[in-house]
Amino acid sequence: MSYQLPKFRHPDLPVNALGYTRADYEGSISTLCAGCGHDSISGAIVRACHELALEPHKIAKLSGIGCSSKSPTYFLGKSHGFNSVHGRMPSVVSGANMANRDLLYLGVSGDGDTASIGMGQFAHAVRRNLNMVYIVMNNGCYGLTKGQDSATADAGSASKKGDPNPFSAIDLPGLALQLGATFVARSFSGDKGQLVPLIKAAISHRGFALIDVISPCVTFNNNPGSTKSYDFVREHAEATGTVDFVPMREEITTSYPAGRSQEVTLHDGSVLHLEKLAPDLDPFDRVSAMVALQRHSAEGQILTGLIYMDKDSRDLHDIMETSRRPLNSLVEEDLCPGDKVLANINASLR
Amino acid sequence: MQALQSVNEFVIKFANVNGTGSASANNLFAKAIFRMGLPVCPKNIFPSNIQGLPTWYEVRVSERGYLGRRGGVDIMLSVNPQSMPQDIKEVEPGGYFIYDNTKPLDLRLMRSDVNIFGIPLTRICNEEYEDPRQRQLFRNVIYVGALAALLDIDFAVLTGLVEDQFKGKDKLILPNIHALELGYQYAQEHFECPIGIRVRASDKVGDNILLDGNTALGLGAIYGGATVAAWYPITPSTSVVDAFERYAKRLRIDPGTGRKNYAILQAEDELAAIGMVVGASWNGARAFTATSGPGLSLMSEFLGLAYFAEIPTVLFDVQRAGPSTGMPTRTQQSDVLSAAYASHGDTKQVLLFPSTPKECFDFGALSFDLAERLQTPIILMTDLDLGMNDNMSPPLTWDDARRYDRGKVLNAEQLEQMERYGRYLDVDGDGICYRTIPGTHPEKGAFFTRGTSRDEYAVYTEKGEEYEKNMHRLMAKWETIKEWVPRPLETQSEQDTDTAILFYGTSEESSMEARDYLAEDGVPLNAMRVRAFPFNQEVADFIARHERVFVIEQNRDAQLRTLLMAEFELGPDKLKSVLCFDGTPISARNIRKQILQQMPGYNVTPLRRERLVAGAENRS
Repeated sequence: MSYQLPKFRHPDLPVNALGYTRADYEGSISTLCAGCGHDSISGAIVRACHELALEPHKIAKLSGIGCSSKSPTYFLGKSHGFNSVHGRMPSVVSGANMANRDLLYLGVSGDGDTASIGMGQFAHAVRRNLNMVYIVMNNGCYGLTKGQDSATADAGSASKKGDPNPFSAIDLPGLALQLGATFVARSFSGDKGQLVPLIKAAISHRGFALIDVISPCVTFNNNPGSTKSYDFVREHAEATGTVDFVPMREEITTSYPAGRSQEVTLHDGSVLHLEKLAPDLDPFDRVSAMVALQRHSAEGQILTGLIYMDKDSRDLHDIMETSRRPLNSLVEEDLCPGDKVLANINASLR
Repeated sequence: MQALQSVNEFVIKFANVNGTGSASANNLFAKAIFRMGLPVCPKNIFPSNIQGLPTWYEVRVSERGYLGRRGGVDIMLSVNPQSMPQDIKEVEPGGYFIYDNTKPLDLRLMRSDVNIFGIPLTRICNEEYEDPRQRQLFRNVIYVGALAALLDIDFAVLTGLVEDQFKGKDKLILPNIHALELGYQYAQEHFECPIGIRVRASDKVGDNILLDGNTALGLGAIYGGATVAAWYPITPSTSVVDAFERYAKRLRIDPGTGRKNYAILQAEDELAAIGMVVGASWNGARAFTATSGPGLSLMSEFLGLAYFAEIPTVLFDVQRAGPSTGMPTRTQQSDVLSAAYASHGDTKQVLLFPSTPKECFDFGALSFDLAERLQTPIILMTDLDLGMNDNMSPPLTWDDARRYDRGKVLNAEQLEQMERYGRYLDVDGDGICYRTIPGTHPEKGAFFTRGTSRDEYAVYTEKGEEYEKNMHRLMAKWETIKEWVPRPLETQSEQDTDTAILFYGTSEESSMEARDYLAEDGVPLNAMRVRAFPFNQEVADFIARHERVFVIEQNRDAQLRTLLMAEFELGPDKLKSVLCFDGTPISARNIRKQILQQMPGYNVTPLRRERLVAGAENRS
C-alpha cells in the first residue's frame, strides 16, 4: 500500500538551482519496517539529487524484486519507475539506456536480487560498463520472505532466526573490481555524511558505478551474532577516507590541508575531493583497491568509502559508437531506407 | 529398366559432408535453375555440428510452381560414403543415383530399379589438384558441372553465376569455371546426356527473388524502425540478428557523424535479451529479440511482465524441433502453445504466422507497429525451414508514404492539458490505454511500471476488485487485437465441399499442392491459412461452415488445433489433424496420404512408396 505524503511544505525550505525543494524529490511514504536501513538510503538519494539540482523527470529509477526493490516508490515521485522482475533489473536498464542515453539511470537492488538470482545480469552489466548508478541495499538476508540468509551473509553470521551461515559470502565490491567495474564504493546506510557524496560522485561517473550499501534489516538481521547489524557495522567499518563532492557549477570553497588528499575532476566537470586516504589505498589503481579490500576483510573490518574509480572510463555507448542523439528520438527519415534501396536489394537476390 | 522421365518437375537431393563447402556448390545449382526461369525450392538438412557429419540439400524444381516438399527423391547425388546406404534407399523406383565411384559401391547396396551413375569425383580431384582443401572444395563444383550435362542446364548461366559470386575475388572465377567444365566433360564423355529428367528454360519466375526468411526478418526490423536488438545466439535464429547487423552497417550509419543509429547487444542469456528489449521499448525505442524454443522458455517470465505491464515487445521465434534441445537443426512448428500462453498466470500473447520471406519482411516490420499500437508482446512465429532456407518469394516492397504507428503515446503538450494521468485508464473503451515515455514532461506523466497489481493510476493495490477490473480490461483489449492482426487467407474450391484444410506458416506450399492432388482424387477442399493469434472472426466462421476441417501442422501434439478448440470451445470431432514432426518440412504426399486415411469411405491402400521403402513413410 502506498500513501502520498502530505503536500504541505514549510515555505522557507531551501530550493536548489531549479527552484525545487527537497520535498520535490521525495516519493510516497515508505511501507518498510520502522528503522529499516533502506529508508535512510532513499533519504540519501533524495538529498543527493536535490543538491545536484537534477531534473526529476530526467531520472529513471529501476529495480528488481524484494524489500530493496520496493524502495524506488519512496523517492523521486516525479521520475518514471520500473519495478521489474527478480534479478533482472540490469537487463531492463541496459535496454532503457540504449534507447535514451540522456537520462540518468538509477538502479536499486538488494543482496538477493544481485548476488543470487541476478548475479549473471549484474556481472554482465558491470563488464559492459553500462552508464548507471547501481545501489545495492545489502542487508545479508531475504527480508520479504522473512529472514533467510542471502549470499552476502558472512560465514558464521547468524540472523535472528537462523543458525550461523555456513557458506562464504560474496563480496560485491571485490567481485565488481574483478569484473572490470569502473566505479566501486561501499557505504553504510547509517552514514549519510559518506553516502550522499558517494551517490553524487556515482551519478557524475560515466559508466557503471556500484555502491554497495550495508543496510541493516531491523526485523530479521539486527541481532547480536549478525555481521550486518547496526552495532557490528558501526564497530567494524573503516573508511578509506572522507569524500567531498563538488558539482561543476559550484565554486570550491573548502580548503583542504596538504598531505593525504587527492582531487579528481570527473567528465562532467565536477570535482571529487578525497581526504585522509588510507595509506595503503590508491583508489585510482585497481590492484591497490583489490588488495585493500582483501586485507580489510581478512582483518575482520568492513572497508567503506570510494574504493576504486577509473578516471578515463568509457561507457557502453562510447564503446559501441552509437548515435549521440537518443535512439528513441530517431524518426522514419533516420531509420527507414525506403523502397528504392529495397529494389536494389531485390535485384541482388535474383 | 524403367527410367523416370520429366522436364522441369523433379526432386534432387545432394548428400554430402558438412564443412566441405558443399552448401555454396549446391546453392550454385539451385540458383542456376532459378535463373533459367524455373521455380525452385532448396532445403538444407544439416547437422548440429561444424564439420564431418552428413548433410543433405534437397531441391524441388517445379515449373508448375509447387514450392513445398513433394516427398520422394528422383535424383540422389551422393558423395558421402557415411550416408550412402540410406541415400540409395531413398531414390524413387526408376530414379537416378549419382555417386562418387572412386571407391566402388558396396554390391549389397545396388538396386536394380534405379539408374546408377558413377563419377570418380575424388580421383578427378586428386589428379587435378595438389592442395587438399582445393580437392575438397572443387569436388563439389565438379559434380555441379556434371549435373549441367546430365540435366541439360545452360552452362552459360552457371558461369555467369560464378562470375557474380566471385566479383571482387576475380582470381577464383576461372578455377571454378574450370572445375565445372571438368564435371561437364566427364559426364558428356561417359554418359548419354541428358538423362530422362532434365530442365528447359522457362519464364515462370517473374520478378520473384530467392531469399531466406531470417534475412527478410532482419530487413523487416530495419525498415520497421528497430533501433535496439538484444539477443543470445541460438540456432536457427542467429541469422536474423546477423542480417539486421549486416544491413544496419550499410543503411543505419549516420552520414554526418559516422555513428550508429542502432545498438545491438549480445546478451548473456535469453533472460537478459528479452529484458533489454522490454527496457528499450519501455523507454520509447523500437526493439526486438530473435530466439528459438529454448530461448522462448527462458523468456517466459518477462513475456508475462510485458503482457501485464503492457510494454510493447517484439520477439521473433524461429522454431526448431523440441522439446528441450530436441533437434536443433531441424524444423518444427512446436512452440505454438507455449508462445500463445507464455508465462504464468492468465496470459495471452499475440502471434503472427508468416509463410514466405516477403511475409517475414512485412510482418517483421508490422510487429513494431502492432506492439506499440496494442502495447503487448508480438511474437512472430517462423521456423527453421522458412528462416534458414532460400525460398522463392515475391520481391520486397515498401510504401515510402508509410509512417510508423507509435500507438497511444502522450507528448508533453497533451500531458500539460491533462488533469490527472492514469496509465491504465481505458479512456477510449478499446482496452488500450495511453502510455508515456520517461523524460517527456517535468511534472506530469511519470508513473511506476510494475508486474504487481495496481489501479488505473498505476498505484500499487491489492484490492481484488481493482485487480479483476484490470484483468477484464486486458480481455477487452484482446478483442480489440483481433481487429488489428493480419486476417486469414481463404481459397475456395471450385466444387461444393463440406471439407476444408486449415494451416499456417511453412505448411502452406505443401498443403496447397496436396489440395490439388486430392481434388484429382475426388476430394475437393476449401482452404484457409491462418496468419495470426488471436484468431479473427473469419476463422470461426470458416470452421463453422464446414463439416470437417483438417488442421495441418508440423508438431506432434496438434498445437494449433488445441488452440482452436480452446479458443472456440470446439469439440474434438470437427477438427482433424494432419501432422509431421520428424524434423523435415511436411510434404505434399504426406498430407495427401493422411487426409485420405481420415476421409470416410476412402480406405485407400498405402502409397506406392511404402511398399518399396520400408520405414521411410515419415519422410515422404
